[in-house]
Amino acid sequence: MRAWVPTILRGLLLVVLIAFLVSPDNFEPLLKPLVQPNAPAIYNQGSLLSLTLLHLRTVFIATLAATIIAVLLAILVTRPFGAEFLALSRSLVNIGQTFPPVAVLALAVPAVGFGEKPTLIALFLYGLLPIFENTLTALTNLPRSVMEAARGSGMTPFQRLIQVELPLSLPIIVAGVRLSVVISLATATIGSTVAAKTLGEVIIAGLQSNNLAFVLQGGLIVGALAVLIYDGLSAVESMLTRRTGSA
Amino acid sequence: MRVRFDKLGIVIALLAAYGVLWSAFATLKPNRIVQGQAESMLQSLPAWAGWGLVGVLVVAIAVALFRTSPWIKLIAAVAALTALTLSIGYAATFLTPAANTYARVSPASGFWILLFAFALLAADAITRLDPPPGMRVLFLILAGLSIGALLMSGRWDGLSIMKEYSGRADVFWVEAGKHVELALGSLFAAVLVGLPLGILCHRVAPLRDGVLNTLNLVQTIPSIALFGLLIAPLGWIATNVPGAAAIGIRGIGVAPAFVALFLYSLLPVVANTVVGLAGVPREANDAARGIGMTGRQRLFKVEFPLALPVILTAIRIVLVQNIGMATIAALIGGGGFGVFVFQGIGQTAMDLVLLGAVPTVALAFASAVVLDALIEMNSRVPNGARSA
Repeated sequence: MRAWVPTILRGLLLVVLIAFLVSPDNFEPLLKPLVQPNAPAIYNQGSLLSLTLLHLRTVFIATLAATIIAVLLAILVTRPFGAEFLALSRSLVNIGQTFPPVAVLALAVPAVGFGEKPTLIALFLYGLLPIFENTLTALTNLPRSVMEAARGSGMTPFQRLIQVELPLSLPIIVAGVRLSVVISLATATIGSTVAAKTLGEVIIAGLQSNNLAFVLQGGLIVGALAVLIYDGLSAVESMLTRRTGSA
Repeated sequence: MRVRFDKLGIVIALLAAYGVLWSAFATLKPNRIVQGQAESMLQSLPAWAGWGLVGVLVVAIAVALFRTSPWIKLIAAVAALTALTLSIGYAATFLTPAANTYARVSPASGFWILLFAFALLAADAITRLDPPPGMRVLFLILAGLSIGALLMSGRWDGLSIMKEYSGRADVFWVEAGKHVELALGSLFAAVLVGLPLGILCHRVAPLRDGVLNTLNLVQTIPSIALFGLLIAPLGWIATNVPGAAAIGIRGIGVAPAFVALFLYSLLPVVANTVVGLAGVPREANDAARGIGMTGRQRLFKVEFPLALPVILTAIRIVLVQNIGMATIAALIGGGGFGVFVFQGIGQTAMDLVLLGAVPTVALAFASAVVLDALIEMNSRVPNGARSA
């Protein structure tokens, strides 16, 4: 396969996705065979485009918050001041990842009520772990020679962090963010079981009314978003790796 | 000698102080779905028990604050956790008005904060002790036995979550069985198919990218959608393939959940088998070839044992993930603990949600501990050095 073929396929996927979101009715004949003769083939209890945007917004807010907190925490535990917490934070990340997202979501409801909030909390907590883990791996595995050169050239600890450690860790941090986003995109659909406005609404409506077309379109939109965002962030990551490699 | 504080101890002390002084310990509700009235620690227990609990907690906080041996910290944490769990059960009996069968008592935020604070202390102590894998499993068994004893003793029977349980004890164990069956069964099927597929991908390079990319795509489909999408094809198979319905294949229920979990499990198993086999040192393979081992002997006696830790890691990922995802099976009639979670959400009965969520978390946690121990035991070669 030539190198440009995957790029074209992704471009095509993006075009189809946008076309479907802007005017889903054009795709009705494709989905029609999946439903009972009288049932609607395109989700009709809300606009797919606005649900998609809300879905992306929820994931974006949660991931942004998770990235900031996770990177700050990882920086803290790798400084001499927070070194006492390093081992514990590793085991906490391990334990935290065993909590199923549905459980986190359901347990957040009594604390904050139904709607978008429990979803944001679940996505935030769930998104923290991969980013924290990756940032920690990156910051604790920096090449010793580079660190010693930075120290030798008289940089303060803060300068070392900002000018050396973080730039070198960036590709691995982005990889963590990528993992976290893909998990969050899928997990956000479960948020609709507690009344959050996400694409899960379309899927759940399909499950409840036995409408396969709804399930399919909800699932495929989320899948396409995940593939596109995953690839986009992979491109950013390899760009950063090239840059740090050549610097 | 200068007294040195433990930094984590300060965090734990602040958390615990907040939990004791500024949050409610238990909530008393007139019935199972309305908002309740929050009661502080001393209000929800008789005086001797209330002050006794405060005393135990203060001692445990003091131990947490100073630098001492991790064993002492662990004992303090366990004592505090035991006192907390016994007290919340006692608070339930104390707060419930006599002969009132509708009133419910649930743990409130203060209880959860304290539980978290001392669990943190225990986790820190165990991390510092860095016990060998066998000991960790022993700790897990001890914890499991104490929780079992607590539940059997009936000291928690006044709590709302146990009242939810006693109303549906039969269903609970049926759903528990289904949950374990779904999670373990799909794991077993994934290993059965994934291992040979991984070996094949390792040997036939052109196959590798195609298989792994396809399995990667499956992972991007949200679980509730994949569950839903499998309903139609399985329903078709059930009606059109003779004998399929007889072995339990149906459009809704366990079958689509099982297939979906199986599909999600394949990627980690196949990918890690490929990575594990690729990581086998060339020298080991050459040596095996040199002493005249056949291809099959090399696979089973050299490559496979060396790749085992990586493959076990995949099994850990899959098992924990499946235990969590099996809760979603309830949405398509597949059963499992998710039944209680979604019923509870539907009725806004949070104790029912807990009845589904707590066993799920416990199950996932226990399997992670056991498999982590297994991985660690297998990644040491007999002479004590770690394999690559």
